[in-house]
Amino acid sequence: MNIALLTLSEITKISGEAGNFTVSITKYPRYVDMEKCIACGLCAEKCPAKTSDTFNEGLNKRKAIYIPYPQAVPLKYVIEADRCIYFKRKGRCRACEKFCPTGAINFEDRKENISLNVGSVILTAGYKPFNPDHLDNYQHNRLPNVVTSMEFERILAAGGPTGGHVQRPSDGNTAYKIAWLQCVGSRDINRCDNAYCSSVCCMYAIKEAGIAGEHVGDQYQGTVFHMDIRTFGKDFEKYYNRAKDKGVRFIRSRVHSITEKNRDGTLTLTYVTEAGKNISKDFDMAVLSVGMEPNDSAVAAAQKIGLELTPFNFVKTDDLDPVATTRPGIFVAGVLQGCKDIPSSIMEASAAACRASINLAETRGSMVRAKEFPDEIESNSQKPRIGVFVCNCGVNIGGFADVPAIAEYAKGLSGVAYVEENLFTCAQDTQDKLVKVIREKNLNRIVVAACTPRTHEPLFQETIRNAGLNPYLFEMANIRNQCTWCHSEDRDKATEKAKDLVRMAISRAALLEPIPELSVSVEKSALVIGGGVAGMTAALSLADQGFPAVIVERSKTLGGNALDLVKTWRGTDVKRFVSGLISRVKTHPDISVLLNSGITGASGFIGNFETLVTTGDLPQTINHGVTIIASGGRATDTDEYLYGQNNRVTRWHDLEQAPDRLKDADSIVFIQCVGSRDDHRPYCSNICCTASISQAIAIKTDKPHADVFVLYRDIRTPGEKELLYKKAREMGVIFIRYDLENKPVVSETDIGLIVEVWEPTIGQTVRIRADFVNLATAIEPDDPEEIAHLYKIPLNTEKFFMEAHAKLRPVDFATDGLFVCGLAHYPKSIDESISQALAAAGRAATVLARSSIAVSPLVSRVDRELCIGCGLCSEVCSFGAIEMEPVAGKGYRALNIEASCKGCGLCAASCPQHAIDMLHFRDCQIDAAIEAVI
Amino acid sequence: MRKEIRQKNGSVLVVGGGITGMQSALDLADSGYYVYLVESTPAIGGAMAQLDKTFPTNDCSM
Repeated sequence: MNIALLTLSEITKISGEAGNFTVSITKYPRYVDMEKCIACGLCAEKCPAKTSDTFNEGLNKRKAIYIPYPQAVPLKYVIEADRCIYFKRKGRCRACEKFCPTGAINFEDRKENISLNVGSVILTAGYKPFNPDHLDNYQHNRLPNVVTSMEFERILAAGGPTGGHVQRPSDGNTAYKIAWLQCVGSRDINRCDNAYCSSVCCMYAIKEAGIAGEHVGDQYQGTVFHMDIRTFGKDFEKYYNRAKDKGVRFIRSRVHSITEKNRDGTLTLTYVTEAGKNISKDFDMAVLSVGMEPNDSAVAAAQKIGLELTPFNFVKTDDLDPVATTRPGIFVAGVLQGCKDIPSSIMEASAAACRASINLAETRGSMVRAKEFPDEIESNSQKPRIGVFVCNCGVNIGGFADVPAIAEYAKGLSGVAYVEENLFTCAQDTQDKLVKVIREKNLNRIVVAACTPRTHEPLFQETIRNAGLNPYLFEMANIRNQCTWCHSEDRDKATEKAKDLVRMAISRAALLEPIPELSVSVEKSALVIGGGVAGMTAALSLADQGFPAVIVERSKTLGGNALDLVKTWRGTDVKRFVSGLISRVKTHPDISVLLNSGITGASGFIGNFETLVTTGDLPQTINHGVTIIASGGRATDTDEYLYGQNNRVTRWHDLEQAPDRLKDADSIVFIQCVGSRDDHRPYCSNICCTASISQAIAIKTDKPHADVFVLYRDIRTPGEKELLYKKAREMGVIFIRYDLENKPVVSETDIGLIVEVWEPTIGQTVRIRADFVNLATAIEPDDPEEIAHLYKIPLNTEKFFMEAHAKLRPVDFATDGLFVCGLAHYPKSIDESISQALAAAGRAATVLARSSIAVSPLVSRVDRELCIGCGLCSEVCSFGAIEMEPVAGKGYRALNIEASCKGCGLCAASCPQHAIDMLHFRDCQIDAAIEAVI
Repeated sequence: MRKEIRQKNGSVLVVGGGITGMQSALDLADSGYYVYLVESTPAIGGAMAQLDKTFPTNDCSM
């Protein structure tokens, strides 16, 4: 309710300055009244004009009046004027208008100009997939079985044009042999001028190649043609390994051309192997893994606003202030800032929200409104007076079951005081009617027999709250999805089943209890564990909004790993940045720093944590509302490649920090993946390729005649970091690929260090004399176990903290009020750490901004008389929501922490004593529904 | 200082209703700011809504 959604709208101008912008927006007509449209779909059914379905990438047809996809928000129809017969042949047709049951069609709708005043602006208007149509060697626009990766997503989708069947567009036969071609529109200055890596295509191709196998079955053969496989993110490498184990083939080659073998559409792919052999192979289908480009309209908007762009038209940012544009008060997030995947986009989204929030902190709460409801009527002591509303859902239910008969049947059931039949129970005017009827008839339990509670329960709960009823005195019977949609062929049986469903709902409704809202108070301060760049950034971002923060750092200084860095990959001075950050932290009135300190105890929950911090021998208790974990990572040591035995075998930034050592050196070898991507650490450490290449460039710049070698397995320089790789090659840095089975060998000889490595393109072992061998050793988390144990939060197998959701909640934990950022989450570059720290602070601010937080009251309830203190419930709870409390003379008894409980019911199901009940889903309520049907 | 406080506006414009824009809008609204979410197409959701399933659990993107 505090988000105004303006669809079909574009910004045309922004004037003013940070804190007070005036934005001009053009809103294009929808031709459908959003207030009246109930998304029944009759209009589209009757519309005679067909056009290509853009949501399905044009692979099938839809009508000129449409919703983009069934789950669209807002779920309101729209007319595509260019395709509508009324607009094309002035005044004709009007079928949608004629059949719309709510009179929602408005052909007179016109373009509007809107002006808004805002304090800040965040640009996120994304990307477009690269269009490969001009690449004549791949013939996407000519050969039906050559599809883009986005088209293939729709082919895989159950709601897509083929219902999830992997069919060749040429003849509809199953595609068994499918090839993915990587880097189409990326890492290519020959055909498309996109020199950057799009960062996401390796992962989505691996995903598509794996899922296609599940759809096609045993005869499936997936092949991915690639240059490097770039699975650099958290748990990406394991996903890649799994795909290889499942039989997906990976061939290191760039396909030269695709031709059609015969008329049925079978394709022939021609490519050259790494050993130089020319090969032609047949496939049923070829998927072009198209890259990302900034969206044209977003670029135009950014230019209009006066933002600086990079040479590739991404919005320019500073790598130490990664979401700020060149215009103060305007921020950017997502692919418009540079190619990235979903979790990184979400991280940046929260980061941008945080930066906007810092700028506007003093205005917080000035524009938002809270919804108000009438006082609740006391209904628990009253006998049930159930109101039943049976919906026709247009023809969705009424067309396939006898709704009047169902309504009549409901009237005779016990506890039912009122029954009504509606054409559309969800329509806005019906809500007003519902409120009136509930009051007039003194109803105290409501059943709506209609569609699914997943989409409509919140609406009806709000309606009954408006009538003074507790929202949990409500029950839905899904007589559409679970009845008429699946039994459309037998009206009588569908009607009987609908009666059964209604009877179940009414039986349960009679036993429903009002459940009071639950909220917890919030201590408006944060504890930040770790004083590196991530921890300091998070603390400052909160303190700058007026939320005090305590930083707990185990070492004797602030700064962490960044103290070892000289420059970012773009060349920005890190030393100056870090010393600036440290001095801001030290002098900030709302930040206190505890050095040489560790966490020795923790309890509490969102808004109310109590942490024991021990400095030396001195423990102190800190009360705080949120916890941000930024405990960092470290570069590992190794016993490979003579490290520790020869002082010319160095590690990470050793050479960068002591440039004098390189004075007489003229041959330097970098070895990548030392301890990463092997059985012991099956993950990529993410930042080593960029770090080694940056150092190689610096050495070559200083000493152009020096020989610099990088021995690698895959070069992983995502996004515009790819340009560094290109530059290094242009400067003469020599890259040699090796396999895990055939690692380089470093030995000490009379003439110094010798590195031997098998060079796959010439098929020979190369011997390199090296003055220095620099090792990119793996990055691992810095002792996270104790913190994980104390706060009851999970680690993955490599001991990186495990976020709530790898894709959608990248800085949250499953337990509310805890957030993660920096290397403790996964190895990442300093710009990504800053972004993630801003995101963690942004997410934390959503908690700290309130004096109390409403939590779902649908929690478990322990009957302490029945509880025997076995502790099973506490063990199975994933959210740390059940504690075992000592009770004098009885041992232990389970105690539910309502603020942490998610209402999943695991505890109730596991309790051998049946001592735990789930509110709103109590055993007696579920039993009543079951008994009603058997 | 007081003049500046009066001038600043406690609302934010988010341009783009894809996964990034939606997350920004939700975070800001949850932090006490009014949000205008501007989307050029008829519905929010962006490119992620078009994806069939996503890494790592191969869950449906919807």
